[in-house]
Amino acid sequence: MNFKHKYVFLFPGLFVLIGILIFPIVFTVRLSLSGWNSYNPELNFIGLDNYVRLFTEDPRFWEAFFRLTFLSVTTVILQYIIGFALALMVWRDIKFKRFFRVMFLIPMMTTPVIMTVIWRTFFHESLGPVNDLLSVFGVAPKWLTDPALAKITVIIVEVWQWTPFMFLLLLAGLLSLPKEPFLAAAIDGAGPIRKFVYVTFPLMAPISIGAIIIRLIEASKIMDTVFVLTSGGPGTSTETSTFYIFIRGLREFQMGYAATLSFTYLIIMIISLTIIAKVLTKLMIKD
Amino acid sequence: MHKLYTFLKYSFVALWTMFVVAPFLWALSTSFKDFQSVTSKVTYIPWVDFKPTLEGWRVLVKSPARGGVDIIEPYFNSIFVTCAASAISIILGTLAAYALSRFTFKAGFVRNNDITFFFISQRIMPPIVLSIPFFIFLSTIGLLDSLLGLVVVYIVLLMPIAVWIMVDFFNRVPKELDETALIDGCNPYQAFYKVVLPNSIPGLIVAGMFCIIFGWIDFFFAFILTFTEVQLLPVKVVALNSSVTPWWSLSASALVSVAPLIIVAFIVERYLSKGNLSGALK
Repeated sequence: MNFKHKYVFLFPGLFVLIGILIFPIVFTVRLSLSGWNSYNPELNFIGLDNYVRLFTEDPRFWEAFFRLTFLSVTTVILQYIIGFALALMVWRDIKFKRFFRVMFLIPMMTTPVIMTVIWRTFFHESLGPVNDLLSVFGVAPKWLTDPALAKITVIIVEVWQWTPFMFLLLLAGLLSLPKEPFLAAAIDGAGPIRKFVYVTFPLMAPISIGAIIIRLIEASKIMDTVFVLTSGGPGTSTETSTFYIFIRGLREFQMGYAATLSFTYLIIMIISLTIIAKVLTKLMIKD
Repeated sequence: MHKLYTFLKYSFVALWTMFVVAPFLWALSTSFKDFQSVTSKVTYIPWVDFKPTLEGWRVLVKSPARGGVDIIEPYFNSIFVTCAASAISIILGTLAAYALSRFTFKAGFVRNNDITFFFISQRIMPPIVLSIPFFIFLSTIGLLDSLLGLVVVYIVLLMPIAVWIMVDFFNRVPKELDETALIDGCNPYQAFYKVVLPNSIPGLIVAGMFCIIFGWIDFFFAFILTFTEVQLLPVKVVALNSSVTPWWSLSASALVSVAPLIIVAFIVERYLSKGNLSGALK
């Protein structure tokens, strides 16, 4: 094939993307070396002061980062287990198969912030249905204002919202599996559990890794839910990295420092996601 | 043993279905309430627990001057931004994906996989990281608070998805297809347009659906990069969630805004059951 044609296909997309992104990325790096804030909105040069501040006197960022790690890892593990279970159940013979499949997909089609507004009324301490039903047992948990419970509420909403995505990826994977290994296992007289451990799960390993990584990437951006549900509160108990950057950058207008946080965060994310992908591949694919 | 398993299976599926529909039912019920039935005690069933009114729904079509919410303009804004950004992303993304799937690129240490990774890795970027420089960038070129500005930003959000789905899809379309077309005298563009593209409709539909979903559900960019001139649906609905929250109109507008994409769930399911999606998503 003629050599030049391939560039005609690739370059429009590539250059549009680079064209849109080049300014924000270069600007973020430059901004992170400046002291741009609301009193002093200019691109002065203060060297690495912002980075020194981040690494020596800002435990709040690191706390937010660990909170983010905790929240996203927990939600993704829950989503994987539930999503895989749901996918296995509607994979083959079940009554109303297509009805259930549609039902399981619906939450991911809904706008997270809008549904979170509904969840907020759902978990309302005195006027929400959850506490109304729980009042039978004489308890009234503070779903949104108790530091520990608020995290659980965020996890519940995230699991509701995004398990469908995991379900979709895993079900699509299950449906594309070859039939032969299952026939062979059936001939060998393997029961459902052995079949899952020795056939389904290993065959699904590459798809599982892909799905988990995609979900981890998306989950690390968790923002909408926290923003509406708790606004990072009570205190900072549900504040994640992205939300902290938002507060510094667009509430307090410390643009320079927020850019430092953004850039550091991006580097950490890229490195850790690469490591996670490598480790998962090693763990789940034995040979 | 088998019976117990079936029982557990159905109870789990039924429980999850209930969990899925619970917020919708609650919102539906709330949307027919008035101040009295929201604040006195928790009520569920219309006519039994409370007297339903249509106030929450009526507010949606009233003009803001008369105490309405005016959801119609944000609705069309959202539709426009989502569709425009999805269309551009799909066109550019599909072309790039085709190149990455069919040709080999080599520039220094950069190979095809690295370029694909570059596209997809844009999803790692959280909206907040981009929105600060975009905020300054768009205000410099005067596109802050405009539909065009949002479309530009949404392309970054959506093109990675289009590339991700289409590369995998094209990898599964046999190469012989384009080779035959080339032998028959097509040039590479005709081969792509007349032969490969018509065979990639399922992939294109899935990619399009994903772009529409992720464009429609975005809140943060719209929240930061627009103020008063242009408002998108999620921003408008969340703005209702202020100090004195009218739960009824909030619920009604929430239901109206999530409704169109629920149709997408049916389309995705259809492709899933026909087996077309399995290739596209692997």
